[in-house]
Amino acid sequence: MSERVGFGMRQNGSPADPSPPPAAGEPLPPEARVDLARERADSHVDEVLDALDRELVGLAPVKTRIREIAALLLVDRVRARFGIDSGRPNLHMCFTGSPGTGKTSVALRLAELLHRLGYVRRGHLVPVTRDDLVGQYVGHTAPKTKEVLKRAMGGVLFIDEAYYLYRAENERDYGQEAIEILLQVMENQRDDLVVVLAGYKDRMDAFFASNPGMSSRIAHHIDFPDYEPAELEAIGRLMMDREGYGLAPETEPVFREYLARRRAQPRFANARSVRNAIERARLRHANRLLAQGGDVGRDDLTTLQPEDFLSSRVFR
Amino acid sequence: MRITQGTFSYLPDLTDEEIAKQVAYALEQGWPCSVEFTDDPHPRNSYWEMWGLPMFDLADPAGVLYEINECRKAYPGHYIRLNAYDASYGRQTTALQFIVQRPPEEPGFRLDREETSDRRVRYTLHPYALDRPEGGRYEADR
Repeated sequence: MSERVGFGMRQNGSPADPSPPPAAGEPLPPEARVDLARERADSHVDEVLDALDRELVGLAPVKTRIREIAALLLVDRVRARFGIDSGRPNLHMCFTGSPGTGKTSVALRLAELLHRLGYVRRGHLVPVTRDDLVGQYVGHTAPKTKEVLKRAMGGVLFIDEAYYLYRAENERDYGQEAIEILLQVMENQRDDLVVVLAGYKDRMDAFFASNPGMSSRIAHHIDFPDYEPAELEAIGRLMMDREGYGLAPETEPVFREYLARRRAQPRFANARSVRNAIERARLRHANRLLAQGGDVGRDDLTTLQPEDFLSSRVFR
Repeated sequence: MRITQGTFSYLPDLTDEEIAKQVAYALEQGWPCSVEFTDDPHPRNSYWEMWGLPMFDLADPAGVLYEINECRKAYPGHYIRLNAYDASYGRQTTALQFIVQRPPEEPGFRLDREETSDRRVRYTLHPYALDRPEGGRYEADR
Protein backbone atom coordinates (compact mmCIF):
# COMPACT_ATOMS: atom_id res chain seq x y z
CA MET A 1 0.00 0.00 0.00
CA SER A 2 2.80 2.41 0.82
CA GLU A 3 4.01 2.76 -2.76
CA ARG A 4 0.58 3.81 -3.98
CA VAL A 5 -0.16 7.39 -3.08
CA GLY A 6 -3.66 8.42 -4.03
CA PHE A 7 -5.13 11.82 -4.64
CA GLY A 8 -5.59 13.98 -1.61
CA MET A 9 -3.03 12.09 0.40
CA ARG A 10 -0.56 14.29 2.18
CA GLN A 11 3.01 13.96 1.11
CA ASN A 12 4.72 17.20 1.90
CA GLY A 13 1.92 18.90 3.77
CA SER A 14 1.72 19.10 7.52
CA PRO A 15 3.98 16.40 8.87
CA ALA A 16 2.59 13.65 11.01
CA ASP A 17 3.55 13.76 14.67
CA PRO A 18 7.18 12.59 14.49
CA SER A 19 7.50 11.23 18.02
CA PRO A 20 6.05 7.74 18.31
CA PRO A 21 3.59 7.32 21.19
CA PRO A 22 5.08 5.62 24.24
CA ALA A 23 4.66 1.88 23.97
CA ALA A 24 1.76 0.86 26.18
CA GLY A 25 2.75 -2.80 26.16
CA GLU A 26 6.15 -2.16 27.72
CA PRO A 27 6.34 -4.22 30.94
CA LEU A 28 7.68 -2.64 34.09
CA PRO A 29 11.21 -3.63 35.10
CA PRO A 30 11.30 -6.47 37.64
CA GLU A 31 12.61 -4.24 40.42
CA ALA A 32 9.83 -1.65 40.04
CA ARG A 33 7.34 -1.02 42.84
CA VAL A 34 3.66 -0.33 42.34
CA ASP A 35 1.48 1.44 44.86
CA LEU A 36 -1.51 -0.88 45.29
CA ALA A 37 -3.49 1.69 47.23
CA ARG A 38 -3.21 4.08 44.33
CA GLU A 39 -4.20 1.44 41.82
CA ARG A 40 -7.19 0.79 43.97
CA ALA A 41 -8.16 4.45 44.13
CA ASP A 42 -7.67 4.83 40.37
CA SER A 43 -10.08 2.02 39.58
CA HIS A 44 -12.86 3.57 41.73
CA VAL A 45 -13.72 0.06 42.81
CA ASP A 46 -14.26 1.14 46.40
CA GLU A 47 -17.26 3.26 45.43
CA VAL A 48 -19.05 0.18 44.18
CA LEU A 49 -17.97 -1.96 47.11
CA ASP A 50 -19.05 0.70 49.59
CA ALA A 51 -22.38 1.10 47.82
CA LEU A 52 -22.74 -2.66 48.06
CA ASP A 53 -22.12 -2.52 51.81
CA ARG A 54 -24.36 0.46 52.32
CA GLU A 55 -27.34 -0.47 50.21
CA LEU A 56 -27.45 -4.20 50.74
CA VAL A 57 -28.05 -5.43 54.26
CA GLY A 58 -26.46 -8.64 55.53
CA LEU A 59 -25.25 -11.08 52.85
CA ALA A 60 -21.82 -11.40 54.48
CA PRO A 61 -20.64 -14.43 52.43
CA VAL A 62 -21.65 -12.72 49.20
CA LYS A 63 -19.86 -9.51 50.01
CA THR A 64 -16.73 -11.38 51.05
CA ARG A 65 -16.63 -13.25 47.77
CA ILE A 66 -17.16 -10.11 45.73
CA ARG A 67 -14.37 -8.34 47.61
CA GLU A 68 -12.12 -11.31 46.89
CA ILE A 69 -12.94 -11.14 43.20
CA ALA A 70 -12.28 -7.40 43.17
CA ALA A 71 -8.92 -7.95 44.88
CA LEU A 72 -7.98 -10.67 42.41
CA LEU A 73 -8.77 -8.52 39.40
CA LEU A 74 -6.88 -5.59 40.83
CA VAL A 75 -3.80 -7.69 41.59
CA ASP A 76 -4.04 -9.27 38.14
CA ARG A 77 -3.97 -5.84 36.62
CA VAL A 78 -0.79 -4.95 38.47
CA ARG A 79 0.74 -8.31 37.55
CA ALA A 80 -0.03 -7.58 33.92
CA ARG A 81 1.94 -4.36 34.20
CA PHE A 82 5.00 -6.40 35.14
CA GLY A 83 4.37 -8.56 32.12
CA ILE A 84 3.24 -11.60 34.11
CA ASP A 85 0.58 -13.32 32.08
CA SER A 86 -1.82 -15.06 34.40
CA GLY A 87 -4.64 -15.75 31.97
CA ARG A 88 -8.12 -14.44 32.38
CA PRO A 89 -9.83 -15.71 35.52
CA ASN A 90 -13.09 -17.54 35.03
CA LEU A 91 -15.83 -15.41 36.52
CA HIS A 92 -18.99 -17.23 35.54
CA MET A 93 -21.10 -17.45 38.67
CA CYS A 94 -24.08 -19.14 40.15
CA PHE A 95 -26.21 -17.36 42.75
CA THR A 96 -28.43 -19.62 44.80
CA GLY A 97 -30.84 -18.53 47.47
CA SER A 98 -34.46 -18.06 48.44
CA PRO A 99 -36.61 -15.53 46.62
CA GLY A 100 -35.97 -11.92 47.53
CA THR A 101 -32.47 -12.41 48.90
CA GLY A 102 -30.93 -9.85 46.56
CA LYS A 103 -29.56 -12.01 43.75
CA THR A 104 -30.52 -9.56 41.01
CA SER A 105 -29.38 -6.52 42.98
CA VAL A 106 -25.99 -8.09 43.53
CA ALA A 107 -25.72 -9.07 39.86
CA LEU A 108 -26.39 -5.48 38.84
CA ARG A 109 -23.62 -4.19 41.10
CA LEU A 110 -21.34 -6.97 39.98
CA ALA A 111 -21.66 -5.79 36.37
CA GLU A 112 -20.71 -2.29 37.43
CA LEU A 113 -17.80 -3.59 39.50
CA LEU A 114 -16.40 -5.77 36.73
CA HIS A 115 -16.65 -2.82 34.38
CA ARG A 116 -14.66 -0.57 36.71
CA LEU A 117 -11.99 -3.22 37.04
CA GLY A 118 -11.79 -3.52 33.29
CA TYR A 119 -12.95 -7.13 33.16
CA VAL A 120 -15.96 -6.40 30.95
CA ARG A 121 -16.07 -3.61 28.42
CA ARG A 122 -19.52 -2.12 28.95
CA GLY A 123 -20.83 -3.27 32.29
CA HIS A 124 -24.48 -3.62 31.37
CA LEU A 125 -26.67 -6.36 32.79
CA VAL A 126 -28.98 -8.37 30.56
CA PRO A 127 -31.49 -10.23 32.72
CA VAL A 128 -33.20 -13.11 30.94
CA THR A 129 -35.33 -16.13 31.78
CA ARG A 130 -36.09 -19.36 29.96
CA ASP A 131 -38.54 -17.58 27.65
CA ASP A 132 -35.83 -15.36 26.21
CA LEU A 133 -33.49 -18.24 25.44
CA VAL A 134 -35.59 -21.21 24.42
CA GLY A 135 -37.58 -21.27 21.19
CA GLN A 136 -40.98 -22.73 20.48
CA TYR A 137 -40.22 -24.95 17.54
CA VAL A 138 -37.31 -26.80 15.95
CA GLY A 139 -34.60 -24.41 14.82
CA HIS A 140 -35.93 -21.48 16.79
CA THR A 141 -33.78 -21.92 19.88
CA ALA A 142 -30.27 -21.43 18.50
CA PRO A 143 -30.86 -18.03 16.86
CA LYS A 144 -32.83 -16.87 19.88
CA THR A 145 -30.14 -17.87 22.36
CA LYS A 146 -27.41 -16.41 20.19
CA GLU A 147 -29.22 -13.13 19.90
CA VAL A 148 -29.45 -12.84 23.67
CA LEU A 149 -25.80 -13.77 24.03
CA LYS A 150 -24.82 -11.10 21.52
CA ARG A 151 -26.83 -8.52 23.38
CA ALA A 152 -25.07 -9.46 26.61
CA MET A 153 -21.56 -9.33 25.17
CA GLY A 154 -19.39 -6.76 26.87
CA GLY A 155 -21.48 -7.12 29.99
CA VAL A 156 -23.13 -9.64 32.28
CA LEU A 157 -25.81 -12.13 31.26
CA PHE A 158 -28.08 -12.87 34.21
CA ILE A 159 -30.22 -15.98 33.79
CA ASP A 160 -32.90 -16.00 36.43
CA GLU A 161 -34.46 -19.33 37.44
CA ALA A 162 -31.85 -21.06 35.31
CA TYR A 163 -33.02 -24.54 36.31
CA TYR A 164 -36.06 -24.12 34.05
CA LEU A 165 -33.68 -24.41 31.10
CA TYR A 166 -33.45 -28.12 31.62
CA ARG A 167 -36.59 -30.20 31.89
CA ALA A 168 -35.69 -33.69 32.87
CA GLU A 169 -39.20 -35.00 32.19
CA ASN A 170 -39.09 -34.06 28.50
CA GLU A 171 -36.05 -35.22 26.62
CA ARG A 172 -37.09 -33.38 23.48
CA ASP A 173 -37.25 -30.09 25.29
CA TYR A 174 -35.42 -27.34 23.40
CA GLY A 175 -33.85 -26.12 26.65
CA GLN A 176 -31.02 -28.60 26.19
CA GLU A 177 -30.05 -26.87 22.95
CA ALA A 178 -29.93 -23.50 24.69
CA ILE A 179 -27.69 -24.99 27.40
CA GLU A 180 -25.30 -26.37 24.79
CA ILE A 181 -24.95 -23.01 23.04
CA LEU A 182 -24.53 -21.31 26.37
CA LEU A 183 -21.76 -23.72 27.36
CA GLN A 184 -19.97 -23.20 24.08
CA VAL A 185 -20.01 -19.42 24.41
CA MET A 186 -19.10 -19.53 28.10
CA GLU A 187 -16.03 -21.52 27.18
CA ASN A 188 -14.94 -19.85 23.93
CA GLN A 189 -15.87 -16.23 24.52
CA ARG A 190 -14.87 -15.78 28.09
CA ASP A 191 -13.41 -12.40 27.14
CA ASP A 192 -16.73 -11.12 25.97
CA LEU A 193 -19.23 -11.90 28.65
CA VAL A 194 -19.82 -13.14 32.16
CA VAL A 195 -22.73 -15.50 32.74
CA VAL A 196 -24.51 -15.48 36.10
CA LEU A 197 -27.08 -18.18 36.80
CA ALA A 198 -29.55 -17.69 39.59
CA GLY A 199 -32.16 -19.85 41.23
CA TYR A 200 -33.30 -21.66 44.32
CA LYS A 201 -30.68 -23.83 45.93
CA ASP A 202 -32.28 -27.27 45.74
CA ARG A 203 -33.47 -26.89 42.17
CA MET A 204 -30.13 -25.50 41.00
CA ASP A 205 -28.43 -28.49 42.57
CA ALA A 206 -30.70 -30.79 40.61
CA PHE A 207 -29.98 -28.75 37.47
CA PHE A 208 -26.23 -29.08 37.92
CA ALA A 209 -26.54 -32.78 38.69
CA SER A 210 -28.05 -33.32 35.24
CA ASN A 211 -25.68 -30.83 33.52
CA PRO A 212 -22.24 -31.57 34.93
CA GLY A 213 -20.59 -29.56 32.13
CA MET A 214 -22.35 -26.46 33.33
CA SER A 215 -21.33 -26.91 36.94
CA SER A 216 -17.66 -27.31 36.15
CA ARG A 217 -17.58 -24.22 33.95
CA ILE A 218 -18.83 -22.06 36.78
CA ALA A 219 -16.07 -21.06 39.15
CA HIS A 220 -18.10 -19.30 41.80
CA HIS A 221 -21.08 -20.87 43.46
CA ILE A 222 -22.39 -18.27 45.88
CA ASP A 223 -25.17 -19.02 48.32
CA PHE A 224 -27.40 -16.15 49.47
CA PRO A 225 -28.56 -16.76 53.05
CA ASP A 226 -32.06 -15.87 54.22
CA TYR A 227 -32.28 -12.61 56.13
CA GLU A 228 -32.48 -12.50 59.92
CA PRO A 229 -35.38 -10.52 61.43
CA ALA A 230 -33.07 -7.63 62.36
CA GLU A 231 -31.75 -7.51 58.80
CA LEU A 232 -35.28 -7.47 57.41
CA GLU A 233 -36.05 -4.52 59.62
CA ALA A 234 -32.95 -2.70 58.40
CA ILE A 235 -33.99 -3.43 54.79
CA GLY A 236 -37.44 -2.04 55.51
CA ARG A 237 -35.93 1.13 56.93
CA LEU A 238 -33.69 1.54 53.90
CA MET A 239 -36.63 1.15 51.56
CA MET A 240 -38.81 3.60 53.48
CA ASP A 241 -35.95 6.03 53.69
CA ARG A 242 -35.54 5.93 49.94
CA GLU A 243 -39.23 6.62 49.39
CA GLY A 244 -39.48 9.39 51.92
CA TYR A 245 -41.39 7.57 54.65
CA GLY A 246 -40.62 6.99 58.28
CA LEU A 247 -42.04 4.96 61.18
CA ALA A 248 -43.66 6.64 64.15
CA PRO A 249 -41.92 5.51 67.38
CA GLU A 250 -44.96 3.49 68.37
CA THR A 251 -45.03 1.83 64.91
CA GLU A 252 -41.60 0.27 65.32
CA PRO A 253 -42.63 -2.67 67.53
CA VAL A 254 -45.65 -3.21 65.28
CA PHE A 255 -43.46 -3.34 62.19
CA ARG A 256 -41.11 -5.76 63.95
CA GLU A 257 -44.03 -7.94 64.96
CA TYR A 258 -45.41 -7.78 61.42
CA LEU A 259 -42.12 -9.03 60.00
CA ALA A 260 -41.85 -11.81 62.55
CA ARG A 261 -45.38 -13.01 61.72
CA ARG A 262 -44.97 -12.65 57.97
CA ARG A 263 -41.69 -14.54 58.11
CA ALA A 264 -43.38 -17.54 59.64
CA GLN A 265 -46.03 -17.62 56.94
CA PRO A 266 -45.68 -19.58 53.70
CA ARG A 267 -44.40 -17.90 50.52
CA PHE A 268 -42.28 -15.46 52.43
CA ALA A 269 -39.99 -13.77 49.88
CA ASN A 270 -37.53 -11.93 52.12
CA ALA A 271 -36.84 -8.40 50.90
CA ARG A 272 -39.58 -8.61 48.30
CA SER A 273 -42.18 -9.30 51.02
CA VAL A 274 -40.86 -6.35 52.99
CA ARG A 275 -41.27 -4.17 49.92
CA ASN A 276 -44.84 -5.38 49.43
CA ALA A 277 -45.64 -4.76 53.07
CA ILE A 278 -44.44 -1.20 52.76
CA GLU A 279 -46.37 -0.70 49.52
CA ARG A 280 -49.57 -1.81 51.23
CA ALA A 281 -48.85 0.33 54.27
CA ARG A 282 -48.49 3.29 51.91
CA LEU A 283 -51.90 2.54 50.44
CA ARG A 284 -53.53 2.42 53.87
CA HIS A 285 -51.63 5.51 54.93
CA ALA A 286 -52.92 7.48 51.94
CA ASN A 287 -56.43 6.18 52.46
CA ARG A 288 -56.35 7.08 56.14
CA LEU A 289 -55.21 10.62 55.41
CA LEU A 290 -57.98 11.15 52.88
CA ALA A 291 -60.65 9.68 55.14
CA GLN A 292 -59.43 11.86 58.01
CA GLY A 293 -59.79 15.06 55.97
CA GLY A 294 -58.61 18.44 57.21
CA ASP A 295 -55.10 19.86 57.12
CA VAL A 296 -52.03 17.69 56.80
CA GLY A 297 -48.43 18.60 57.56
CA ARG A 298 -45.14 17.17 56.37
CA ASP A 299 -45.02 14.78 59.33
CA ASP A 300 -48.45 13.38 58.53
CA LEU A 301 -47.42 12.75 54.96
CA THR A 302 -44.21 10.91 55.83
CA THR A 303 -45.04 8.99 59.00
CA LEU A 304 -46.55 5.53 58.99
CA GLN A 305 -48.76 4.89 62.03
CA PRO A 306 -49.31 1.51 63.74
CA GLU A 307 -52.78 1.11 62.22
CA ASP A 308 -51.25 1.17 58.73
CA PHE A 309 -49.68 -2.17 59.55
CA LEU A 310 -52.16 -3.50 62.10
CA SER A 311 -55.00 -3.76 59.58
CA SER A 312 -52.95 -6.21 57.54
CA ARG A 313 -54.30 -9.75 57.30
CA VAL A 314 -51.03 -10.94 58.84
CA PHE A 315 -52.36 -9.82 62.21
CA ARG A 316 -55.59 -11.75 61.93
CA MET B 1 -9.21 -6.49 -9.63
CA ARG B 2 -9.94 -5.25 -6.14
CA ILE B 3 -13.59 -4.35 -5.63
CA THR B 4 -14.12 -1.08 -3.83
CA GLN B 5 -17.46 -0.04 -2.45
CA GLY B 6 -19.03 1.56 0.60
CA THR B 7 -17.31 3.50 3.32
CA PHE B 8 -13.48 3.25 3.51
CA SER B 9 -13.48 1.79 0.00
CA TYR B 10 -10.07 3.26 -0.86
CA LEU B 11 -8.42 2.19 2.39
CA PRO B 12 -6.65 -1.12 2.77
CA ASP B 13 -8.91 -3.80 4.24
CA LEU B 14 -9.65 -3.17 7.90
CA THR B 15 -8.26 -5.53 10.50
CA ASP B 16 -10.64 -7.15 12.98
CA GLU B 17 -9.57 -4.65 15.59
CA GLU B 18 -10.39 -1.75 13.29
CA ILE B 19 -13.70 -3.36 12.37
CA ALA B 20 -14.53 -3.64 16.07
CA LYS B 21 -13.79 0.04 16.53
CA GLN B 22 -16.02 1.04 13.62
CA VAL B 23 -18.80 -1.18 14.95
CA ALA B 24 -18.38 0.34 18.39
CA TYR B 25 -18.80 3.76 16.83
CA ALA B 26 -21.96 2.64 15.00
CA LEU B 27 -23.42 1.18 18.18
CA GLU B 28 -22.64 4.38 20.05
CA GLN B 29 -24.65 6.27 17.46
CA GLY B 30 -27.52 3.82 18.00
CA TRP B 31 -27.21 2.20 14.59
CA PRO B 32 -28.04 -1.51 14.49
CA CYS B 33 -25.59 -3.57 12.45
CA SER B 34 -26.20 -6.38 10.00
CA VAL B 35 -23.98 -8.71 8.02
CA GLU B 36 -24.49 -9.53 4.32
CA PHE B 37 -22.64 -11.73 1.85
CA THR B 38 -22.57 -12.42 -1.87
CA ASP B 39 -20.50 -14.10 -4.54
CA ASP B 40 -21.65 -11.75 -7.29
CA PRO B 41 -19.30 -8.78 -7.23
CA HIS B 42 -21.15 -6.74 -9.89
CA PRO B 43 -21.34 -3.12 -8.74
CA ARG B 44 -25.05 -2.94 -9.50
CA ASN B 45 -25.80 -5.98 -7.37
CA SER B 46 -27.26 -4.13 -4.42
CA TYR B 47 -29.16 -7.08 -3.00
CA TRP B 48 -26.68 -9.11 -1.06
CA GLU B 49 -27.84 -12.09 0.97
CA MET B 50 -28.53 -11.40 4.63
CA TRP B 51 -26.56 -13.32 7.22
CA GLY B 52 -29.28 -13.49 9.85
CA LEU B 53 -31.40 -10.56 10.88
CA PRO B 54 -30.09 -7.11 11.71
CA MET B 55 -28.79 -7.09 15.28
CA PHE B 56 -30.70 -4.77 17.55
CA ASP B 57 -30.01 -3.74 21.15
CA LEU B 58 -26.35 -4.65 21.12
CA ALA B 59 -24.02 -2.81 23.48
CA ASP B 60 -20.69 -4.21 22.47
CA PRO B 61 -19.04 -4.95 19.09
CA ALA B 62 -18.17 -8.50 20.18
CA GLY B 63 -21.61 -9.73 19.12
CA VAL B 64 -21.24 -8.29 15.62
CA LEU B 65 -17.70 -9.64 15.30
CA TYR B 66 -19.04 -13.04 16.32
CA GLU B 67 -21.55 -13.02 13.45
CA ILE B 68 -18.94 -11.78 10.98
CA ASN B 69 -16.69 -14.66 11.96
CA GLU B 70 -19.53 -17.16 11.71
CA CYS B 71 -20.28 -15.87 8.22
CA ARG B 72 -16.59 -16.05 7.27
CA LYS B 73 -16.53 -19.65 8.43
CA ALA B 74 -19.57 -20.55 6.34
CA TYR B 75 -18.50 -18.61 3.23
CA PRO B 76 -14.71 -18.39 3.23
CA GLY B 77 -14.55 -17.20 -0.40
CA HIS B 78 -17.47 -14.76 -0.55
CA TYR B 79 -17.64 -11.04 -0.22
CA ILE B 80 -18.97 -10.09 3.21
CA ARG B 81 -19.98 -6.60 4.21
CA LEU B 82 -21.24 -4.91 7.30
CA ASN B 83 -24.14 -2.45 7.29
CA ALA B 84 -25.11 -0.03 10.01
CA TYR B 85 -28.58 1.47 9.76
CA ASP B 86 -29.63 4.81 11.04
CA ALA B 87 -33.30 4.46 11.87
CA SER B 88 -33.71 8.03 13.10
CA TYR B 89 -35.02 9.22 9.70
CA GLY B 90 -37.98 6.90 9.97
CA ARG B 91 -36.81 4.81 7.04
CA GLN B 92 -34.06 2.33 6.49
CA THR B 93 -30.98 4.44 5.89
CA THR B 94 -27.53 2.94 5.57
CA ALA B 95 -25.18 5.10 7.57
CA LEU B 96 -22.08 2.97 7.30
CA GLN B 97 -21.26 0.05 5.05
CA PHE B 98 -17.95 -1.59 4.39
CA ILE B 99 -16.48 -4.84 3.14
CA VAL B 100 -15.08 -7.09 5.86
CA GLN B 101 -14.05 -10.02 3.70
CA ARG B 102 -13.23 -10.52 0.06
CA PRO B 103 -12.12 -13.61 -1.87
CA PRO B 104 -8.34 -14.08 -1.97
CA GLU B 105 -8.45 -13.80 -5.76
CA GLU B 106 -10.74 -11.38 -7.49
CA PRO B 107 -10.78 -12.13 -11.21
CA GLY B 108 -12.24 -8.75 -12.20
CA PHE B 109 -14.49 -7.72 -15.08
CA ARG B 110 -14.55 -7.62 -18.83
CA LEU B 111 -16.42 -5.21 -21.06
CA ASP B 112 -18.99 -6.95 -23.28
CA ARG B 113 -19.84 -5.17 -26.50
CA GLU B 114 -23.29 -5.73 -27.93
CA GLU B 115 -24.30 -4.74 -31.45
CA THR B 116 -27.93 -3.61 -31.47
CA SER B 117 -30.23 -2.03 -34.00
CA ASP B 118 -29.02 0.78 -36.25
CA ARG B 119 -25.37 -0.06 -35.72
CA ARG B 120 -25.63 1.11 -32.14
CA VAL B 121 -23.24 -0.45 -29.66
CA ARG B 122 -24.02 -1.14 -26.02
CA TYR B 123 -21.50 -2.00 -23.39
CA THR B 124 -21.97 -4.02 -20.27
CA LEU B 125 -19.74 -5.11 -17.41
CA HIS B 126 -19.34 -8.84 -16.99
CA PRO B 127 -17.64 -10.21 -13.84
CA TYR B 128 -15.44 -13.17 -14.72
CA ALA B 129 -16.50 -14.80 -11.49
CA LEU B 130 -20.04 -15.15 -12.87
CA ASP B 131 -18.83 -17.59 -15.53
CA ARG B 132 -18.80 -20.26 -12.86
CA PRO B 133 -21.92 -21.63 -11.21
CA GLU B 134 -23.12 -20.17 -7.96
CA GLY B 135 -21.31 -21.51 -4.90
CA GLY B 136 -18.17 -22.38 -6.89
CA ARG B 137 -17.14 -18.98 -8.07
CA TYR B 138 -14.03 -18.63 -5.95
CA GLU B 139 -11.23 -21.06 -5.12
CA ALA B 140 -11.74 -20.75 -1.37
CA ASP B 141 -15.36 -21.89 -1.64
CA ARG B 142 -14.62 -25.02 -3.60
